[in-house]
Amino acid sequence: MRMEKLTDPRLHYLTPLRQTPFHPRTAAANRMNSWGPWGGYTTALVFDDEAMEYTAIRNAASVYDLCPMVKYRVRGREALAYLNRLTVRDVGKLSVGGVQYTIWCDDAGKIIDDGTLFRLGEDEYRICCQERHLPWLLDSAFGFDVEIEEVTEEIAALSLQGPCTAMVLRAAGFDVAGLKPFRMATFPFDGGELMISRTGFTGDLGYELWTTPDHALPLWDLLFDAGAPWGIRPIGSNALNMARVEAGFIITNLDFVPVHQAVREDRVRSPFEMGLDWLISWDKGHFTGRRALKAEGEKGSEWAFVGLDIEGNVSAEHSLIYHDKKHEVGHITGAVWSPTCKRNIALAHLKRPYHADKNGNLWVEVYAMRELQYVKLMLKATVCQRPFFKPARRTATPPGAF
Amino acid sequence: MPSYDVIVIGGGTNGLAAAHRLQKSGRKVLVLESAATPGGAAVGHEFAPGFRAPGLAHIANMIDPRVASGMALDRQGLSYVAANLTSTAVSATGDHLVLEGAAGAVLKGNISDADRKAWADLRRQLLTFAGALAPFKAMTAPRVAKGVGNEYMRLAKLGLGVRMMGKDDFREFLRMILINVYDVLNDELTDSRLKGLLAFDATLGTWLGPRSPNSLIQLLNRFAGEAAGNRAAIALPKGGMGSVAAAMARAATEAGVTIRTGARVEALIVEEDRTTGVRLDGGEELRAPTVISAISPKTTFLNLVGARHLDTGMMNRIRHMKSRGGAAKLHLALKAAPDFRGADLKSRLVIAPSEEAVELAFNAVKYGEVPDRPVMEIVLPSAHEPGFAPDGKHVVSAIVQFAPHAPKGDPDGIRLEYVRNTLGMLEEHAPGIGDLIEHAEMMMPYDIEARYGMVGGNWHHGELSVEQMLFLRPIAGIAQYQTPLAGLWLASAGTHPGGGISGASGWNAAERIIKEARA
Repeated sequence: MRMEKLTDPRLHYLTPLRQTPFHPRTAAANRMNSWGPWGGYTTALVFDDEAMEYTAIRNAASVYDLCPMVKYRVRGREALAYLNRLTVRDVGKLSVGGVQYTIWCDDAGKIIDDGTLFRLGEDEYRICCQERHLPWLLDSAFGFDVEIEEVTEEIAALSLQGPCTAMVLRAAGFDVAGLKPFRMATFPFDGGELMISRTGFTGDLGYELWTTPDHALPLWDLLFDAGAPWGIRPIGSNALNMARVEAGFIITNLDFVPVHQAVREDRVRSPFEMGLDWLISWDKGHFTGRRALKAEGEKGSEWAFVGLDIEGNVSAEHSLIYHDKKHEVGHITGAVWSPTCKRNIALAHLKRPYHADKNGNLWVEVYAMRELQYVKLMLKATVCQRPFFKPARRTATPPGAF
Repeated sequence: MPSYDVIVIGGGTNGLAAAHRLQKSGRKVLVLESAATPGGAAVGHEFAPGFRAPGLAHIANMIDPRVASGMALDRQGLSYVAANLTSTAVSATGDHLVLEGAAGAVLKGNISDADRKAWADLRRQLLTFAGALAPFKAMTAPRVAKGVGNEYMRLAKLGLGVRMMGKDDFREFLRMILINVYDVLNDELTDSRLKGLLAFDATLGTWLGPRSPNSLIQLLNRFAGEAAGNRAAIALPKGGMGSVAAAMARAATEAGVTIRTGARVEALIVEEDRTTGVRLDGGEELRAPTVISAISPKTTFLNLVGARHLDTGMMNRIRHMKSRGGAAKLHLALKAAPDFRGADLKSRLVIAPSEEAVELAFNAVKYGEVPDRPVMEIVLPSAHEPGFAPDGKHVVSAIVQFAPHAPKGDPDGIRLEYVRNTLGMLEEHAPGIGDLIEHAEMMMPYDIEARYGMVGGNWHHGELSVEQMLFLRPIAGIAQYQTPLAGLWLASAGTHPGGGISGASGWNAAERIIKEARA
């Protein structure tokens, strides 16, 4: 009776969050019972110790459940032309077996989302991103011989990140020594296939592993067996967030509001305003937003996205930024005291020209909670290069034998 | 190969008006028309041996006075056999109501004094409203945005003009501007013939029934037009609407415009994000720094430009631009004069028994079907002058509403059914007419689309409805004739102020191009 009820789509509200194919393992490992929603799924925030999980990313091997990431399959004779019109980057430069970080914009040149684009075959691609965009992707397909499907549920994926991950994979039977960053390879696994891409969200050496849900649990078990000597451990979103701030990576809806969700007119951002204009290929032909972006490039933008180095060790998440301690000129979207860099770092939106010409007198207003009482701090901030952490091992091929 | 400053795609009335205006401004203009004769919907054709149809359009009530005088259409041979056509609300009992003068200035027939008085008041009011709106048609629509070249001085003056109609009229204007014609008619009038005729006129060429919201503004738009110098009048050009097309083509040619017929544009040439010319279906390429599309905006963007040169959001809006045609055109070759129970064959005969009848005729097309009892407007050009039919014979030109643009079922079968229903309605009002028919031609909206390139068979190249007017015509963001693709401009009826044989859109577009070049 209960099963019948659950298959009725009208009763979806009874299970507001779904479980990923790895849930039996993540639930068993989640000693803190700490969960958060992500893309309609239950995902772990912390398994047992946030600091140890972070340490696994930077010193050993970590496993993160990627299943809730939204995935679309794009295939057809004109898939390349379609993606070149959809995204700002030149997809023509992406060869089969390659991966591209990319963004796509609306007509006004404001960012809809960022994501990674995998070229799986001559005419087959996969888009991985944070938010759901099927209507926009389908609307963009008008006039192109291309087929688009959401395949989020058809794929089970894990992110294996850390300096020892190549060794873990070798121990698991997958030789990825020759795999360069932003490339992928396919291996037979468990009677099916495992695709391994050298990609990730930590700015470290790392891989993402893609298979079908029926092979999910054997994959998890294999990794934890093979990785035990390196202290492999599952990580939650909190530890990952620390690593991604160090790497200077942005997250949709944390660092910018996607244009299709923004209610307030001034919340949307262009690639220039998120430091992503380097992605734009001006000579590949037309793409959505190109004319607006060209005009913005000529006229100038309102905002800039920067890395900040802040004095002290109090993390400044969501703080306001002042010029001369008086005029509000921006705000912080992501911040952490970086255990690896030993710096208090942040990602911030700054009104131009306070990001560059007038960045000499910036202050961050932090309300530090100290035993039920806020203490207001004015901390000096310095605009600095992103990423904050960029180890050579991230790109070394073959990777080091740690 | 001669080089041109401007290429105009489509030699309809708007294309010709734009071409003429730009040639006069010192540019070298080439017009490309796919048909054998320029003029678009104003071109007549022989639909049966010895019988000529006056054109898809058959009356003149919208010709823009700037176009008429700028192109000196009278000198080019345009004259009228009737400069202020009378309308007859045809009754199945012979109890006709005749409307004489512009917008029915005088009512003749059996009608109560109360209705006469009520109509006089309503007519005055509608003409006041129409008069306040008319000047907006002769300018680029303002946009709700900064720095888009709105003509603020002129707008302020026009706005003041609207306000100056007086407190009572202004209040009524605001109350009525967006309501439906059915309610207005029933608020003021009781005579079903009069209400039927006005409801018909309001919905002519639209995808609206009299009870649809915003249908009154269609009547105001009609009354804002003019013919032969008379506001809200209807005129019959000598030789049919083809004479308008011919006069415009002659004027353009005389001014120096090159008109190439039989030249169908297959695609625009886009280089470096700029329109640099056009490619004809034979593969020939013609180049000019400015290309004006005087064909449907939908066709222009969806087919000639293509998605890969345009943004997704804009493509969405163009795809969703409504372009449903609800009017069919009937041509009958008659071996003798029909008898509409004594109605004057030289008048415009309207068969629309009541406002209810018009609404009921609209219901069917919502479901892709044809109405059992269509309503129609009939003109007999052969009653005015020879040349349309052999001696003693006649041509009936009728716009029959409503007909589906996307029929449910076999289009040929649906057409046949519609002919049957239309002839049934005609027989009821003109007994014996069926026996006089030598030949019949029924153009359904889908036939009109195939023949004239009007998407959905809609006369306006995109429905002229409130949500697609002014700064929303053809779509938001490109309401000022300029498109996001540099070098490409729009000038068809799909742009402000819309269709009717008018030339206003073309003229406005040309003025805008001249102004932008100066800026």
